[in-house]
Amino acid sequence: MGRGNRDYAYWSIGIVLVLVFALVPVIWLISLSLKPPEAITDGRFIPSEISFDNYKSLFEGGIDDSPFIKPLINSIGIALITTVIAITLASFAAYAIARLEFPGKRLILAGALAIAMFPPISTVGPLFDMWRSLGLYDTWPGLIIPYLTFSLPLAIYVLVAFFREIPWDLEQAAQVDGATPSQAFRKVILPLAAPGVFTAAILVFIFAWNDFLFAISLTSSDASRTVPAALAFFTGESSFTQPTGSIAAAAVVVTVPIIVFVLFFQRRIVAGLTAGAVKG
Amino acid sequence: MEAGAQKAPGASARTRSERKLAWMLCAPAVLAMLAVTAYPIGYAIVLSLQQIDLRFPDESGFVGLDNYTAVLTSQLWWEDVFNTVFLMVTSVTIELILGMAIALVMHRAIFGRGVIRTSVLIPYGIITVVAAFAWQFAFAPDTGFVNHLPLIADDMDWFGGRFSSFAVIVMAEVWKTTPFMALLLLAGLVTIDGGLYEAAKVDGASAWQRFTRITLPLMKPAILVALLFRTLDAFRVFDTIFVMTRGAQDTESVSILGYNQLISRLNLGLGSAVSVLIFLCVFLIAFLFVRGFGTRLDEGRPGG
Repeated sequence: MGRGNRDYAYWSIGIVLVLVFALVPVIWLISLSLKPPEAITDGRFIPSEISFDNYKSLFEGGIDDSPFIKPLINSIGIALITTVIAITLASFAAYAIARLEFPGKRLILAGALAIAMFPPISTVGPLFDMWRSLGLYDTWPGLIIPYLTFSLPLAIYVLVAFFREIPWDLEQAAQVDGATPSQAFRKVILPLAAPGVFTAAILVFIFAWNDFLFAISLTSSDASRTVPAALAFFTGESSFTQPTGSIAAAAVVVTVPIIVFVLFFQRRIVAGLTAGAVKG
Repeated sequence: MEAGAQKAPGASARTRSERKLAWMLCAPAVLAMLAVTAYPIGYAIVLSLQQIDLRFPDESGFVGLDNYTAVLTSQLWWEDVFNTVFLMVTSVTIELILGMAIALVMHRAIFGRGVIRTSVLIPYGIITVVAAFAWQFAFAPDTGFVNHLPLIADDMDWFGGRFSSFAVIVMAEVWKTTPFMALLLLAGLVTIDGGLYEAAKVDGASAWQRFTRITLPLMKPAILVALLFRTLDAFRVFDTIFVMTRGAQDTESVSILGYNQLISRLNLGLGSAVSVLIFLCVFLIAFLFVRGFGTRLDEGRPGG
């Protein structure tokens, strides 16, 4: 009995440590964002009084004058479009790789892996120059295209891993039972493939949502600047002080929905992140 | 595969049409991946051989390897290489140890497994720039709470010195990426046959012996894949440094140097030389990993 209790205590300590490790910065951001301006430098981890002024200032002035609304729209739009296109292209490729025999299959997988290791900074200069002459600089497509390139390897690997697990014979079985090919695909294969597709979509979205390097290099205004880039250029009352409260509030607004989403679909995300890590 | 069922004359026609379909399905993704990697890196090489400064467009022209000579003989480049490698080695080492600890806790937890997995995913879901701001505000002498903690001087200026800045940068990087490391290691951990531990226990092996003699050797592939991805990722460190110091106090990384030359100073020639050199460094690191450890490339997975 003594041993069981001791183990229990050790695990409790381990779990508490992991929890603290993961949560402290998030709680800190939330508490910072709720401090009234005059208390922002009080150094307290938990605010002594709560105010929503920082959040109000983010949305003040409507879409034209708010420093936050347009970047938020850009971030959501760009990440969503990237996700839809990347998942479509990756699904085609992953279907071929998982199900069909053709020369060049290993080359595509190795190439995708090489691109996953590619340093984005090496493409920033050429893209900056090319986008300016093509009229893509500071536009949505100007960011969507590089995001596609760098998220496709991840999407392909995740989808191939999921597609290989699908019992494709069921499709033929359904056709033998009298289903048309399109019915067999919609009623049998689609429901089986959906979890994998959804997992890949979450990972691609988080990738595009997170990017900073392309977002500050290939944009110059609110026309396409996303939230991470906009945060770095937020200005305070005077140009020498960082508007800590507004940045914290904006950070909370773009963080909390993603965290809720991630926690809700955690099983899928873990499966996706580790897909292919164990088996080739 | 149903292809095996048919060996009749129709098989080769069928194989051919299967190949054609496969290539058609893969073509869009392959083109999209090459469009923003192969072509730009070729273009970067072309740019790096020229003098192109967008502020002085009239002085453009072919200069051969002059840009490379300029970069490789500058003290700044080598200082930044040192900074990048230093940050890479410290953060990946800490991540490996911490990630392994978290993976073991997740794997062996008697209870609360769900809670741990949930909390570990939080850093993964947070934008790197946001995490960098959170830690910057926490350590800043005016807004932060860290200096009010016991054992830390109230007036400690973390971003006033080189290695204290590095400490905060490493901390932010470790916080953000350890979960990814832990999950990859956990995936390797669950493939180990539990019977091995039971047998070792019967033979009287201590917990530490079981870890070093069974867990570590069997996890070697998973550890190497995780290390390779995190090392390459850490070499590209940009967001956290940009937010925290913008390279002040000699904390610049090679990616920050590339950005400064290309985007801030609009010196496309010199900046492209830096870009190509970074590309070569990444290539070299990947090559050393694959060569040195014999990691099979297709055992890996793209970074998240």
